Amino acid sequence: MTSVEMPGEPFRLSQLIYDTRYRSLTIQAVAVILFMLAAAWLVNNTIQNLAALGKDFNFGFLGSRAGYDINQALIPYTNDSTHGRAALVGILNTLLVALLGCIFATIIGVFFGILRLSKNWLVARIAAVYVEGFRNVPVLLWIFAIMAIMTEIAPAPSAFRGENATASMLFGDSVAITNRGLYMPWPVWGPGWQIVVGTFLASLAAIVLFGRYARRRQEETGEILPTFWIKLGLFLLPTLLVDFALGGPITLEFPTLERFNFVGGGFVDKALIALTLALSLYTGAFIAENVRAGILAISRGQTEAAAALGLRPNRIMSLVVLPQALRVIIPPLISQYLNLTKNSSLAIAVGYMDVRATLGGITMNQTGRELECMLLLMGFYLVISLLISSVMNWYNASVALKER
Amino acid sequence: MADLTFVRTQMLPPQEAPGAAVGAVRWMRENLFDSWLNSVLTLVSGFAVVWIVVHIYPWFAQSVWNASSLQECRAIIQERFGEGAHGACFAVLRERWQQYLFGFYPADLYWRPTLAFFLMLAALAPVLFSGLPRRMLWFSAAYPGLAYWLLWGGSIFTPIAIYAGFVVAVLAHRAVAGRWGGLAAMIVAVAALLIWWFYLAGPVARTLAAPGFFSLRPVQSNQFGGFTLSLVIGVTGIAFSLPLGILLALGRRSDMFFVKTICVGFIEFIRGVPLITLLLVASFLLNIFLPPGTNFDIILRVIIMVTLFASAYMAETIRGGLAALPRGQYEAADALGLDYWKSMRLIIMPQALKISIPGIVNNFIGLFKDTTLVAIIALLDPLGLTTAIRADSNWNGIIWELYGFVALIFFLFCYSMSQYSQYLERKLATDHR
Repeated sequence: MTSVEMPGEPFRLSQLIYDTRYRSLTIQAVAVILFMLAAAWLVNNTIQNLAALGKDFNFGFLGSRAGYDINQALIPYTNDSTHGRAALVGILNTLLVALLGCIFATIIGVFFGILRLSKNWLVARIAAVYVEGFRNVPVLLWIFAIMAIMTEIAPAPSAFRGENATASMLFGDSVAITNRGLYMPWPVWGPGWQIVVGTFLASLAAIVLFGRYARRRQEETGEILPTFWIKLGLFLLPTLLVDFALGGPITLEFPTLERFNFVGGGFVDKALIALTLALSLYTGAFIAENVRAGILAISRGQTEAAAALGLRPNRIMSLVVLPQALRVIIPPLISQYLNLTKNSSLAIAVGYMDVRATLGGITMNQTGRELECMLLLMGFYLVISLLISSVMNWYNASVALKER
Repeated sequence: MADLTFVRTQMLPPQEAPGAAVGAVRWMRENLFDSWLNSVLTLVSGFAVVWIVVHIYPWFAQSVWNASSLQECRAIIQERFGEGAHGACFAVLRERWQQYLFGFYPADLYWRPTLAFFLMLAALAPVLFSGLPRRMLWFSAAYPGLAYWLLWGGSIFTPIAIYAGFVVAVLAHRAVAGRWGGLAAMIVAVAALLIWWFYLAGPVARTLAAPGFFSLRPVQSNQFGGFTLSLVIGVTGIAFSLPLGILLALGRRSDMFFVKTICVGFIEFIRGVPLITLLLVASFLLNIFLPPGTNFDIILRVIIMVTLFASAYMAETIRGGLAALPRGQYEAADALGLDYWKSMRLIIMPQALKISIPGIVNNFIGLFKDTTLVAIIALLDPLGLTTAIRADSNWNGIIWELYGFVALIFFLFCYSMSQYSQYLERKLATDHR
C-alpha cells in the first residue's frame, strides 16, 4: 500500500473514499467485514440454537446401526449396517441412475436433434413436438406420470399366466414389464468366464491399436483401410469364438413365471425405470436442442469448401462438420449431464433410494441430525459438480482454437 | 425449291408447369418423398401419428364431465359407448378445478387471487411491450405491494409502510448528495432505508392500521395452493432473481479480489447443489441459522431459496453476455468519463442484457418449472394436489386427466415465455444482416 503513495503529498483520510487508488481497497475491506459479520452472526445463531435443542455437532451417527431397509443396493446392505453404509448405498444408487440417464439422454437427444434438422417436414415436426413438449413441462411431472403408468397400467405378474393371459412377454418370452418392474435375461457366470471376458478386453485393446495403425498408415501412404468392418469383426469374432470353444461358460438365465412372481434372470425396480426414463426423456429434449444448435452453428461455407475439395458427403460430415460441431455441442452437453445428476435428487418422488432419500431422508429423520446430514449431502453434490465442471474445463482447453 | 428456313417472330406462350411440380404435389415431393429414405421415414412416422390419433381420439370423444367418482365415470362410459369402451373422466377436473387454481384459499375470497392475476397482466404489459405509455410503469412498481395486500390480506398500510422506505431513502439521498457527494449519499440512503424498515415501518404501519380502514381478511400461507402458489413463487423469484443476478455477475467480473471471491463462491455453491437440497434447508434448517425464536412463513422461505438459486444461474447467463461484449465498449465508456455505475447502466448492461435474452428467458422458464419441487416439501402446488387427489378413494386410478391438465397449463406458460423471448430478440436485433 505504501508503494503507491504519491511523494510529497500527505495522505488524507478522505482519499479512502474519493481517490480511485484507495477506493477499491475501502470497498473490499467493508465487504470482507460485512461478510465476516454475517458469517459470525450465522455461526453464533447456530451454536445458540443447537445448545437450546440440546444437540451437539458430530458425525458419530454415521457409525451407528441404520435399522432400515433399502430395496435396491449395489453393495451388500442389511438393516444392521451403519448409517454411513446406507449413505454409500444411496450415493451408488444416485451415480447409477445418473449414469444410465446420461447414456439414454444422449442417445435420445442426438437422435431427435438430427431428426429435427431433417428435410422431411413430417419427421422434423414430430421431433419439434417432442422437444417443445418435454422442455416446457416440469421434470417432476414426468417422473410422477411415468411412475403412475408403471404402477397402474403395466400388468401384474399374474396377468401373464394361463391360457388367455392378458399380457405377454416381449422379445420371444425374455423380457416382462410388470407393475413391479422389469424382468429380463441376466448372464450366469459359469467356470471359465474370466477367459471370455479377458478375450473381450484384449479385442478392445486390439481395436484401439488397429485404429492407430490405420491412421498412421493413411497419413504415410494415403491408403484408407476399411476400418469399420475390421473393427466390428474384432469386436465380435474373438469373443464369440472363445465362448464357443469353451462350451459357452457365460449363459443367459431367463425369467420364468412361478407361483406368485417371475423368478430368475435380472430384475430392475420400477422406480429406477420410471426415474431413468423420465430424466432421460426430459434431458434428451434439451440435448436435442444443443445438438441442433451445434450443427447449425457450422457455416455453410465449411460444407461447400469441403465439397469443393472433392470429399464425399459422409466424409464431409465426419471430417469437417462433426469435429467443429462437437466443439459447440460438448460444453452444454456436459452441463446437461450435470443437470440430470442434480435432478436425480427428485428420486424421492418415486421412492427410489438415492443419497437424498437415505442420507438426506431416512437417516436425517431417524437421527435428527439435520445440520450434519445436509452438510454431507450438499458436499457430495458439490464434489460431483466440481468434478464434472473440471472435466468440462479440461475439454474446453483441449479443443479451444489454437490461435497463432 | 421452297424456302424451308423458318424463324419464329413471336414468343410461344409459356406452358403450364407439369402437375407434379406445382401445388401440394410439388410440396410433398420436395418435403416428404424426395428420396427413398425420406419416403420410408414419412410412411413410418405418418403411420405412427395416425396410430396415436386413432387410439387417443376415442378417449377424448367418449369423455365424461359429470360424475362424482371414477367408478361412476366408468359405469357411464360402459353404458353409453358399450362394453370395453375407454374414455376420459374429466369430471375430476370439473370437481377440483377451483382447488387446482386456488388451493385451499377461502372460497368466498377467490376474487382476490383472480384480481391479483389480472392486475399482474396489466403490470407486466408495460414491462413487456415498449409501445405502451411509460407512465404505466408506476403501476408496475406499485403492483408487488398491491398483490401482497390482495393475496395475504391484512391492512394496506403494511405494504405502504414498506414502500415508504424508498421515499425515505430518496429524501435522505437528496439531503446529503449536495453536501458530501455521491458515495456518502448512497451510504446514508441505504442506512436510512434499513433503519426505516427494521425500526420504524412496523410501528407506523400498526398505528395507521389500528382504525381498520382498507383492511382485508387475512389469509394464512398454508391455505395457498395450486397454480396460485406456483405463480406467487415463480413471479416473485423471477422479479428478484434478475437484479440479484446482475449484481452477482458484476461482482464476479470485478477487479476487487474479495468481492470477486465472495461472488464466485456463492455462485458455484448454489449451482453445485440441487434445488431440492436448498428447499430442504429452507424447511428444516433455516430456523437453526436464524436468531432463536424467529419463525417465518414457509412460502417466504421457499421464495428466498428459489430466488437465490435462480440468481446464481442468472449471474452466469449475464456474465456470458458481459464477456461477449467487445473490450472497445468498456474502453469507450471510460473514455467518455463515465463512472463505473453510469457506464454499466448506460453502455454495458443494455448491450449485455440484449445478448443474453435467450438465456435469461430460459432461466425464467426453468425457475417456473422448478416451483413444482415444493411438492416434495409437502406444499400443495399443482403436483402435490394431483398426488392428493389420486390418493382420494373416489378418484383412485386416474392419471392422464390430471397430469395432462397440469402439463398443459405449464406448457402454455412456458411456451408463451419462449415465444416472447423470440419476439424480443427480433425486436432488439440492431445488427444489419
